[in-house]
Amino acid sequence: MQAIIIENIIKTYGKSKDVMALNNISFNVQKGELFGIIGPDGAGKTSLFRILTTLLLADSGKATVDGFDVVKAYKQIRKIVGYMSGRFSLYPDLSVEENLNFFATIFNTSIKENYDLIKDIYVQIEPFKNRKAGQLSGGMKQKLALSCALIHRPSVLFLDEPTTGVDAVSRKEFWEMLKGLKQQGITILVSTPYMDEADLCDKVALMQNGKILSIDTPGGIINNFSNPLWAVKSSQMFHLLNDITKQDFVKDVYPFGEFHHVVMKDKSGETLLKNFVQMHQEDKMQIKELKPNIEDCFIALMKN
Amino acid sequence: MNNNYAITANNLTKRFGDFVAVDNISFEVSKGEIFGFLGANGAGKTTAMRMLCGLSLPSSGTATVAGFDVYKQNEKIKRSIGYMSQKFSLYDDLTVKENMQFYGGIYGKSDAFIIKKTAFILNHLHLEKEANVLVKALPLGWKQKLAFSGAIFHEPEIVFLDEPTGGVDPVTRREFWNMIYQASDLGITIFVTTHYMDEAEYCNRVSIMVDGRIEALDTPSKLKSTYNAASMDDVFLKLARKAVRACRLNNWHETIFSF
Repeated sequence: MQAIIIENIIKTYGKSKDVMALNNISFNVQKGELFGIIGPDGAGKTSLFRILTTLLLADSGKATVDGFDVVKAYKQIRKIVGYMSGRFSLYPDLSVEENLNFFATIFNTSIKENYDLIKDIYVQIEPFKNRKAGQLSGGMKQKLALSCALIHRPSVLFLDEPTTGVDAVSRKEFWEMLKGLKQQGITILVSTPYMDEADLCDKVALMQNGKILSIDTPGGIINNFSNPLWAVKSSQMFHLLNDITKQDFVKDVYPFGEFHHVVMKDKSGETLLKNFVQMHQEDKMQIKELKPNIEDCFIALMKN
Repeated sequence: MNNNYAITANNLTKRFGDFVAVDNISFEVSKGEIFGFLGANGAGKTTAMRMLCGLSLPSSGTATVAGFDVYKQNEKIKRSIGYMSQKFSLYDDLTVKENMQFYGGIYGKSDAFIIKKTAFILNHLHLEKEANVLVKALPLGWKQKLAFSGAIFHEPEIVFLDEPTGGVDPVTRREFWNMIYQASDLGITIFVTTHYMDEAEYCNRVSIMVDGRIEALDTPSKLKSTYNAASMDDVFLKLARKAVRACRLNNWHETIFSF
């Protein structure tokens, strides 16, 4: 059963429609799936979210959420989806509890009725329920916004960049919360510019400039990376980058944390890389073969 | 003071009422160094940066930036530094060229300097054809590279970069770091914050703030061995998990640096 069906969606902006935000996008999200849209700013993530949550009209194409058409049945969709936008979507001058009550009331429900769904998240901020939302820390605001998006027990949850600008610890906590929600059967569409968060999704779409570069399980995307990948480091990292770039066996090389990642044209590059290391013993070079991660795949797809 | 330091801080502290946002931090940044300034949200990074940029007076402690005192010489500090944030650094409704001229103008550079420097930057970024294009029409990655060029247009001694690569694609993120290396090669000191832990590895030294204090400060490789961690991500998680004040009232940290 499909929770979201997207067919040939095109969205442009500007008087002459010259800004192509979404360039013929099609994909489906299964019920109960945790689906990630991974891409940098300007990829088209927010436009897609706003079309699916009936806040924006596409130029052409079709989309349904839980079987409802985003144009014809927008009123039904608004009742059954939860949406956490990238920007702070709470009322800063209402308290934590008042915000939650407000969202429950406009969806014609109560905190009590659906408390079990938000309990694990809300208990973390409940001690501060009388504090104004505008005075919460970033991590707490995020938890409150998520509780508010869930309080009417939506069947599909849209989270637009919930972890942008959030530190690594809070990001990990947030993804733990999403895992918990997934177990309760809620379909989640989440977008992020952080490539490392792709691994936590059931399925991901990698997006760039309004197009989908690849769509698969994280493991499937990684398996499609066919070139040998090695990590290299030495005492002269900047020189190493310049030297390796010039080697014939190298398809691409780029810094990646404490190593440079070397993408080889083919298997024969491995012997040539080892020879290269032999010739530069004075630089204390270290090499190891690597399994690519999503960021390696994204870089390769961007350059294709 | 020692002339080899671009920044010195001694027991630098900032209180808001009874809340100690920055709690007795001490460190030095050498000239030309790439210094990573990490910490969880609300750890006190932005408040510390504001004091170093001469925008906020410390409650106690001392600090110098480019040799100038943060209490008495903050106007001189502002002239000696560059600053770039993820959110706001360029004027969308000015062209590429106008933005560069604007940066040169507010720092009081001569027309000859501005013309020469603008030409150099446009050439360096391969933006000659876009010189008269409005900045809002540029892709984000280009904007960030242009914003960095603007921040160092007046050839400051130090440049403060506040999450310069947030939301930027992985290829552009690396091109951006290449620009940081080039600036550092020219002797510009780089003070940078980031949430990307792979970027922490590109810094000469990294400090990690937890609850207003500097909990660790060293080269990435020494930090990894000290904390018995496989990556800077692990080091950061081990330290930042100690934070107890994530639930403190700190809405001020989101409204600052909106100048």
